[in-house]
Formats: sequence, C-alpha cells, structure tokens
Amino acid sequence: MSYSITEPSSRQKWFAGILVIGYALLTLLPLAWIIATGFKTPTDAIAYPPKVVFSPSLEGYVNLFTSRSRVTPEDLAALGPPTTWYDAIVRQYDMVINGPSRYGERFMNSVIIGFGSTFLSVFLGTIAAYAFSRFKVPLKDDLLFFILSTRMMPPIAVAIPIFLMYRQLGLSDTHLGMILLYTAVNLSLSVWLLKGFIDEIPIEYEEAALIDGYTRFQAFYKVVLPQAATGIASTAIFCLIFSWNEYAFAVLLTSGTAQTAPPFIPTIIGSGGKDWPAVAAGATLFLLPIMIFTILLRKHLLRGITFGAVRK
Amino acid sequence: MAQIVIKNLRKEFGAFTAVQSSSFTIESGEFFMLLGPSGCGKTTTLRMIAGLELPTAGEIYINGIEVSQKPASKRDIAFVFQMFALYPHMNVRKNISYPLVSQGMPRDQVRAKVEEVAEILGITGLLDKPVGGLSGGDRQRVALGRAVVRDPACFLMDEPLGALDAEFREHMAQELRALHDRMHATTVYVTHDQLEAMQMGDKIVVMNHGVVEQFGRPQDIYDWPATTFVAKFIGSPAMNLLPFDGMVGNGATSVTLAGTEVHIPRMISGDDGGLVLGVRPEHVHLDDDAGYRGRIMAVEYLGTTQIVTLDTALGQVKVRVGSDKVATVGDTVGLRFDARSISLFAANGHALISTANQKVLNHG
Repeated sequence: MSYSITEPSSRQKWFAGILVIGYALLTLLPLAWIIATGFKTPTDAIAYPPKVVFSPSLEGYVNLFTSRSRVTPEDLAALGPPTTWYDAIVRQYDMVINGPSRYGERFMNSVIIGFGSTFLSVFLGTIAAYAFSRFKVPLKDDLLFFILSTRMMPPIAVAIPIFLMYRQLGLSDTHLGMILLYTAVNLSLSVWLLKGFIDEIPIEYEEAALIDGYTRFQAFYKVVLPQAATGIASTAIFCLIFSWNEYAFAVLLTSGTAQTAPPFIPTIIGSGGKDWPAVAAGATLFLLPIMIFTILLRKHLLRGITFGAVRK
Repeated sequence: MAQIVIKNLRKEFGAFTAVQSSSFTIESGEFFMLLGPSGCGKTTTLRMIAGLELPTAGEIYINGIEVSQKPASKRDIAFVFQMFALYPHMNVRKNISYPLVSQGMPRDQVRAKVEEVAEILGITGLLDKPVGGLSGGDRQRVALGRAVVRDPACFLMDEPLGALDAEFREHMAQELRALHDRMHATTVYVTHDQLEAMQMGDKIVVMNHGVVEQFGRPQDIYDWPATTFVAKFIGSPAMNLLPFDGMVGNGATSVTLAGTEVHIPRMISGDDGGLVLGVRPEHVHLDDDAGYRGRIMAVEYLGTTQIVTLDTALGQVKVRVGSDKVATVGDTVGLRFDARSISLFAANGHALISTANQKVLNHG
C-alpha cells in the first residue's frame, strides 16, 4: 500500500470542520433541550410547537429542591406576603413549601457511591494490573481471561441472585453494598485497561529506581504511578460514568437511605402533575459532576506524559 | 573502586540457559567489556552483577562481599541503561538528584553535588529542563550524571551508546572513557560492537551462547583468539580461517596447506584431523614467489589500506595491503603468511597452544 502525506486542501479542511461541528450539534441537541427545559415553566415545557425562545424561570429548580403542598386561597392570604423569591414562585400555584425535597440526599448518595466505587475500582485495578504486567503470576492468561469473562454477561442477568444475596447479607439499600457492586462490575474493565497502560511503561524505570536505592513499592508509587496517570485518569472516567449512570441495580437494590439520583429523578414526575422542568433541572445538575470531572482530567486524556522520554 | 569476582555464575530461564558457569575477575578501576553477539548472555551477566536478575547458581563478589542474592539497592552500584531510563516526569536536576534523595542526603548537599556532576558532564545549562526535549547525547549525559552522582563502587553500563547516532557514538565513547579515567571507578560495559570493545576496554570478555569464550586484554584477544568464534567475531574483516586436514604434533613448526608448506609458531600441543589455520588479513602478504596461490576476486579500497579478497584452494582469504599496491581482479598471485602470527585451531574450535599464544591462553 502506498500513500503520501500531504497538507489537506482548504476545501478539505472546511468539509472536515463542517462535519465535526454538525456532529457535535447533533449530539449536543438533547443536552441543550434538557438544560433549556430546566429553565422553562411547566406550561412552556409542554407547549406545541416547542418554544425555542422563552422567558427563563427557576420554577423547575425550586420544585426540584422543595416539597410543597396545596392550600386554599384563604389560607394563602392569611400567611401574608411571601418572604423569599422561591416562596413567591410557589405561591403562584396556591402552594406553600413544606421543606426540602430528597433530591439533595439522593445526589449525595450518588456522589458517595459513584466516586467511592470509582476510587476502589481504580485502586484495586492498578495494583492488580501492575502485578499482572510485571510479575510471574501462575495461570496469568487464564486469570486475565476469567476477569474479562465477568464482563461478557450483562450485569442485570444476575440481578435476582444479587438481590437475594444482598438481602441475606444486609447490604440492600446501603452505601457499602452499592459501592461493592459497582466496583465488582467495573473491576474487570479497570484491570484490563490499566494493564495495557502499565505494559507500555518501560520496566527500566523501575529498575533504575531499584538501583537508585528505592524499594519496589517506592519504585511503584514514585515512578510507575506518575507514568500511569493518563491511564488511571481515563479508567477512572469510564468507571465513574458507569456507576454514576447505573439505573437498573439502583432501582432494584435501593429505595431509601442509599438511593442514588437516577432512580429518584423519575419519581419527581409522579408527585403532582408532570413536572418536566423539575425533572430536567434534576438531570441537568446530575450531568455536572461528570462534566467537571472530565474537564479536570482532560489534560491526561489528551496526551501521555511519557511521550519522548524513552527512545524506542 | 571495587574488584568484582564472578565465580561459576549460571542463569536459567526455564529450559533456556542464558549463562553457563561464567568465571572471571574484574580488577579495581578497570574498564571492562562484556562482548558478544545478541543472545550470548552478556546483558544477563551484567544484570546479575547489578541485582536485577538473581543467578540460578554461582557467586558474585564485589570488594570481597558475596552479593549474588542481595537487592540492587544494597550493592552500591550504578546502572546506565541503553534506553537511558530517565524518569520522564522529572526534570534533569531531579533525575540526577534522585539517587541521593533516596539516601536521605540533606538538600543543600544534594544541590551542590548535582551541580558538580553537571559541571563535569557539561550539562549545567540543562539542569532545569524537562528530559523529554533533550537530544540523545544529552539524555545519555544525564543518565551518566545519575550514575556518577552517587560515587558508586562500580558502574554497570548496558550498551549505553547503542541508542545514539553513529557519528555521535564515537564522541560519546571518548567522553565515557575520559570520565572513567577521571573517576577511576570500576566499569563493566556491555556491547555487541567489537570495535567499541577494543577501543574503550582495558579487558574484554567475549561470550557466546552463555559461555565465556575468552577473557583478556584487547590486544591479546585480537592477536591470539582462543576459539574460532573469537577469531571470527573480533576484527574487521575477521581473521581468515582455512580448514584443512592434517596433523600437527608437539614441536611442529610447519603445516602443509594444499601441498604448500606454511611455517607456524612452534607448537606445544598437537592434534590431527580437521584443523583450521587462522591468520589476520594484515598478516598475509601478496608475494608472487609464494607457493600458496589464489585468484583475486574483489578489491575494496579503504583509504590508506585496501582489502583484497582471494579465492584459494582452502577457501576465501582476505588480505590487507597498502593502497599503493596494485591488485587487479582476476589475477592469480601467491600468498605469504606471517609465520609469527598464525593460530591453529583444533576441530572443536579451540586454539592449539603454541609458543606464540601460550602466555595469553594459559592465564585466561
């Protein structure tokens, strides 16, 4: 096969640019829709044809974070004028705020379970991948295949056994139970991804460190870990995205104390009319942590820091 | 400064034996070359001295202390890798400081020491640069700096010039040798390049298939190879090896090659059957009166000398003659061998002892 490398012509660049921008718009459209709906009033949210231009309202966010109840106009009048801006919004609908909703708690559950299981998957994955990459492990190939094989069946296939097991062990609806579950699902991905990254790090670095007077563990965390940062970051993002978005197990195994945001958000619909702006607001806020996490780690995702340090 | 003694060192990787019972002594302050083709066990030997591999059997003494089972960090050695192995996430200064930091040296002392070493290596201006952007030669200097900074008992180098461009290699070789002469530290250097080994080494060990073929000074190894392998491996072009059937006895001073009598050094040992006569290209002269004859096949011009390849009754012979000599392809000429510098090898490839090579071969 022969090919030559030439600078693309300006027409080719234009075409490529339009293609990329077009695709980006297409994928961003649902996201824009959700974010916009979060700032609409319930009436605007279900208007037909859909409103592209609308006057923004924080109603969705107020509804998301509060639980409210309907009162008679007389009672409402007896309360006197609203004291806060969100009181004012709620009272337009003859309602008063009873207290905060459970969204905050559920969101925190998601943070604890999502980041907890991500940390655990990446931590255990790194150690296991290092061992598989560097040491003579008996039955190494079989073990690696076994680890990979846990990924071959959809996790939900074992939902009922896990449900029964968790009930017996008292892990149902606990943070620990969910962290362990997501870690177990993510670990195979994490071991395989990280093994690939660690295999790429020349063993000479560790040998140099061993000769320079460091122990193997010191060589691991002072030399190998910084080199593997790129791999660890991308693995962490994959793990976080899975455990953050996971819905089926969350519905099945959590209902109260450990319920994460994904099963909670749909329940907003049921409580008093189809409150699409509140749902959209919940989804918007739920998007943010992954977005921030990815943006923070983008440097590691884009380029490997080991580039050019070893002549190959 | 350290003397390194290797005794019956052996290393097996599963069913494969990388090093079979090597023994040699590296004297304190020597620049010592481990030479051989790839896969001969030279790097494995070096890594065992370093503590990066544990020997299957045998002993390694550094300054009289048996270290073969000790971790690398407890051997007081420095290792220079072929691929440099500079820590890519640290700048030059941190790379060089790293071995000192691990010893817990106070920070100002580390700083002074690193600057002193950088001065010696001429890399003071690079100290605060990241290693990623350095040229091959500068990376090699930084790698050397990291080795030198600790004042180790010995330096172990695994083809440190292997990753450099040809033109730069020569220059670095001189720099390395100068550095060695300045530090007087024992250096063990692995290479597959026989020229590099002869140019830089005080002593050379030639290895093949995990076996030490010969051990000695470059001149001795060049002049009096212990085996046909060494004869072929050292020298460019290699020693001419002419196989012939015959018999030499103790005290013999000549052999018969294709009907022509050729003088050889007085033999102390003897053998008969398939023998091999070895002679360096520069010890063969073109002489029309000589009895052993050959036809000129090719002439390579090398500046001051030229290499003439002849087809003879016992095989090809390469001759190094001055460029002023006229050699025409197709001509038939006589070959006269310099009797003082001929080696004879038995059928098993080992040199037969003569009065000429006895001193070299008996001590090695």
